[in-house]
Amino acid sequence: MSFEALRIELNVNGETRPVEVEPRTSLLDCLREQLLLTGAHAGCEHGVCGACTVLIDGTPMRSCLMFAVQADGYAITTIEGVTPGPGELSPMQDAFCETHGMQCGYCTPAMILTAHALLANNPAPTRAEIVDAISGNICRCTGYAQIIEAIVLAAERMRRLNQPASQP
Amino acid sequence: MKPAAFNYARPKSLDEACAMLAEGDDVRIIAGGQTLVPLMAMRLARPKRLIDIARIPELAFVRREGDTVVIGATTRQCALEHDPIVRADVPLLARVLPFVGHAPTRARGTIGGSLANADPAAEIGLVAVTLGATLSYREGGATAEIPAAEFFEGPMMTALSATACLTAVRFPVWREAHLGTGFHEINARRSDFAFAAASAQLALDGDGICQRLALGIGAVTTVPLRLDGVSDALIGTRLEESTVRATVTEALAGIDPMSDLHCSADYRRRAAVTLAVRAITDAAKAASRGAHVL
Repeated sequence: MSFEALRIELNVNGETRPVEVEPRTSLLDCLREQLLLTGAHAGCEHGVCGACTVLIDGTPMRSCLMFAVQADGYAITTIEGVTPGPGELSPMQDAFCETHGMQCGYCTPAMILTAHALLANNPAPTRAEIVDAISGNICRCTGYAQIIEAIVLAAERMRRLNQPASQP
Repeated sequence: MKPAAFNYARPKSLDEACAMLAEGDDVRIIAGGQTLVPLMAMRLARPKRLIDIARIPELAFVRREGDTVVIGATTRQCALEHDPIVRADVPLLARVLPFVGHAPTRARGTIGGSLANADPAAEIGLVAVTLGATLSYREGGATAEIPAAEFFEGPMMTALSATACLTAVRFPVWREAHLGTGFHEINARRSDFAFAAASAQLALDGDGICQRLALGIGAVTTVPLRLDGVSDALIGTRLEESTVRATVTEALAGIDPMSDLHCSADYRRRAAVTLAVRAITDAAKAASRGAHVL
């Protein structure tokens, strides 16, 4: 029995990217190996660690638990898609740098995408809501405290940015 | 952690999906994939063909039908978590959903996928058994139903044949005024696989006497268990904690819990007793507040 490769089009970070994949290729491997978007990391590859998180239509999902052939028609956002421009960082990325919300960096792209999705729906999350949002992402370095600090800081800044200039 | 090779098909309708299933030869259904894909990554499952039913419109819905709420098999867990009909009419399911995996897996995982894959630690199967839900499936051209308690046969094993497709699950709606729910589980980390879990839904009369009670335990034995003996013994009482504990302890004396690296059979039995007592106590408190809320 032969297993056929399929031609599909993925919408990644706002661009349409045609790819040819074996059905067994995970979205994660497709992003990393064919589209050279190596920001999504391969950790456990069975849905436990969260390092492979990407946004599918704005919602964090595990790219290791989705086959690339299932991902057509969705807007896929990777960490490469959250920067405002080349060489720049998003407010969330800045906050992670400033509060030392990262050490080895393996979990960081996934943490940042998860945090972006949280703030998109909830601009002023409580500490408990932040902890709940990142509970599916494992970090072995930071002990999570600085990651929470980073999200609080970014949320504060983004709220201020969204206020009219006349307000203090 | 790479799955073995397979072919992929995405039928447009349930009819087409059932025809593909009937062709056989190691075919499996995929929808959200949040249970199946890890099994495939570990090569505990090696289907030769996957049939993706996730985008078949007729399989994703929540609707009231008489005294029941019917939920389509591919309805996503995250959608159910916030669904007004589920929150109002199947409060135990709404209460338990935040404990199912993590938000990123609920965003893709479906209710039918959780049931059909029959992980003994799965919370949705526990609720289905506790409330006496009925599962609908299609096989070839025929439609059939099976009670949740008969559906689960063992870890990752159900009564459905390989050529059947789960289509919907029907939950009974309780109309009592003083209704309460309770759910507790123990795991190593928040929302990880449960080592033991218990869920309860009950109704009290205006004087605080238990009129109706459904209690189930999950992750303890190889399939979720509904403890009708406990319900029979406690209906008509005021659910005093000592009575509840004695009744549950007696009921769980005869079960055969799983034993593994994480916890022994004895631990699971003791944990199940405590969690069941807490679930009933929480449900009774909620019901006595007269609050049909979570």
